[in-house]
Amino acid sequence: MIRKLVCGAGALGVSMFAATAALAQEAAEAAPAVPNPGNNAWMMTSAVLVMAMILPGLALFYGGLTRSKNMLSTMTQITAAACLGMLMWVMWGYSTAFGPEGNAFFSWGNAFLSQVTPDSTAATFSDEVISEYVFASFQMTFAAITGALVFGATVERMKFSAAMVFIVVWATIVYYPIAHMVWAGGGLIFEWGALDFAGGTVVHINAGVSALVACLILGKRKGFPSEPMPPHSLTLTMVGTGLLWVGWFGFNAGSELEADGTAGLALINTFVATASAGLFWMLAERAMGHKGSALGLCSGIIAGLVAVTPAAGNVGVFGAVVLGAVASIVCYFAVAKLKPALGYDDSLDVFGIHGVGGIIGAIGTGFLHDPSLGGPGDGSVSMGAQVLIQIQAVAVSIVWAAVGTAIAVFVAKLLTGLRVSEEVEVEGLDIGEHGERAYN
Amino acid sequence: MKFIIAIIKPFKLDEVREALGAIGVAGMTVSEVKGFGRQKGQTEIYRGAEYSTNMLPKVKIEIAATDAIAAQVVETIQQTASTESIGDGKIFVLDLASATRIRTGETGDTAL
Repeated sequence: MIRKLVCGAGALGVSMFAATAALAQEAAEAAPAVPNPGNNAWMMTSAVLVMAMILPGLALFYGGLTRSKNMLSTMTQITAAACLGMLMWVMWGYSTAFGPEGNAFFSWGNAFLSQVTPDSTAATFSDEVISEYVFASFQMTFAAITGALVFGATVERMKFSAAMVFIVVWATIVYYPIAHMVWAGGGLIFEWGALDFAGGTVVHINAGVSALVACLILGKRKGFPSEPMPPHSLTLTMVGTGLLWVGWFGFNAGSELEADGTAGLALINTFVATASAGLFWMLAERAMGHKGSALGLCSGIIAGLVAVTPAAGNVGVFGAVVLGAVASIVCYFAVAKLKPALGYDDSLDVFGIHGVGGIIGAIGTGFLHDPSLGGPGDGSVSMGAQVLIQIQAVAVSIVWAAVGTAIAVFVAKLLTGLRVSEEVEVEGLDIGEHGERAYN
Repeated sequence: MKFIIAIIKPFKLDEVREALGAIGVAGMTVSEVKGFGRQKGQTEIYRGAEYSTNMLPKVKIEIAATDAIAAQVVETIQQTASTESIGDGKIFVLDLASATRIRTGETGDTAL
């Protein structure tokens, strides 16, 4: 439901551009909507909150889960991927996802933000508008974090250079088109009426599936799974978890694009779905005969945040509580049982948590949006029909992400060799790739 | 002279030190060590991945004692370090050939 009406925004952008040429006529036609400073301020805040999810949030969350010899490599890949993502976004990303001209799969016509000025605006879901620079910045942070999420599956063995090449190709052929399809007016999935408030499909299913495909092609870490590879600092992982949760309020409540009541619903759901998921992961551990663990609590929190992402402003408060619990339990089994059974090395469980949690969230939103289950839907689309639309959206994301990722990984392999040498892998990527140690 | 090596549970260290101080032991060397005996190791689980560690942390105490108190030292350690459960540790006693105090050059019992 970031459902930014790109057509509207694009048209506005164009009209702004034209306005400089033919001021009088344009002004006479219709007074352009002026951004409400309150909404603008909230959206600027949200963009910065999402930034905090990447660095330090995700960097610490992932970094703590790796071995100490790979701490810097993990954090550096995430941060550099985000930096690269930002630059690509202003060059061709924004245009490809939210450009003024386009088809069902991607758009164009705004490369290098050529159509954006301080006066141009992007539409929200009401008659309000926000400044287009603010909208583009907010969306930029989403593009930046999604690529970085994928590296959770490939840590401790993928070259830094390969990660950078991967991001360039992957964002271009996977992220921008999916963002366009889901969020832009005229986009394939948007037009189906799929509900994705803050990016369950675009960000999480996308990142999760891409992570799975990437780690399958890349191969397992040397010694996996026979050698112990315990997290080197769950303290830092928990700090990162907290920062992710805080930043996620910008991610979810910001996706309303206004500081209104629906943003408030997204806010409270981002509290309670997450709280429920955190505790239910620990309960699942207890039910399986283990101790309730700190990492379990953190994992549950992330699973809840992921699941509530598509649902945030689309379900009621208690729908969100149930959604968090269900997602957490299913993700627990995906991570603790499914992964060992299948034997793939999705090192930090990006697929198990973001992929699986995203799918639960996206499909669950179809059920819980319905007013009969306390959702804010108006009942104009039946629950069954909405669920079907959600499943279609999920299916398209999975296929698109899988194919695009395979291409991106092979390009990275061709240009960089993809994987560090065995010696570097044993020694640690911090020394081998960056010439530093995290701890001296 | 006897050289006494005791491997005990780490949380018992303070208690043992106090008890030995009370019977006149003037010094000891303590190190943190790892090892295994009859006690099974512990299991760590991270998101379902189980790692069992065979080596458990223990504390090693080394004491040089005169023949007069050696038996009492062993008895004191045995009594204070015991929790009557598996993994309490062991005490080894060796004959000590000589002892020299570095500062003064004294040797034998007076060096202890």
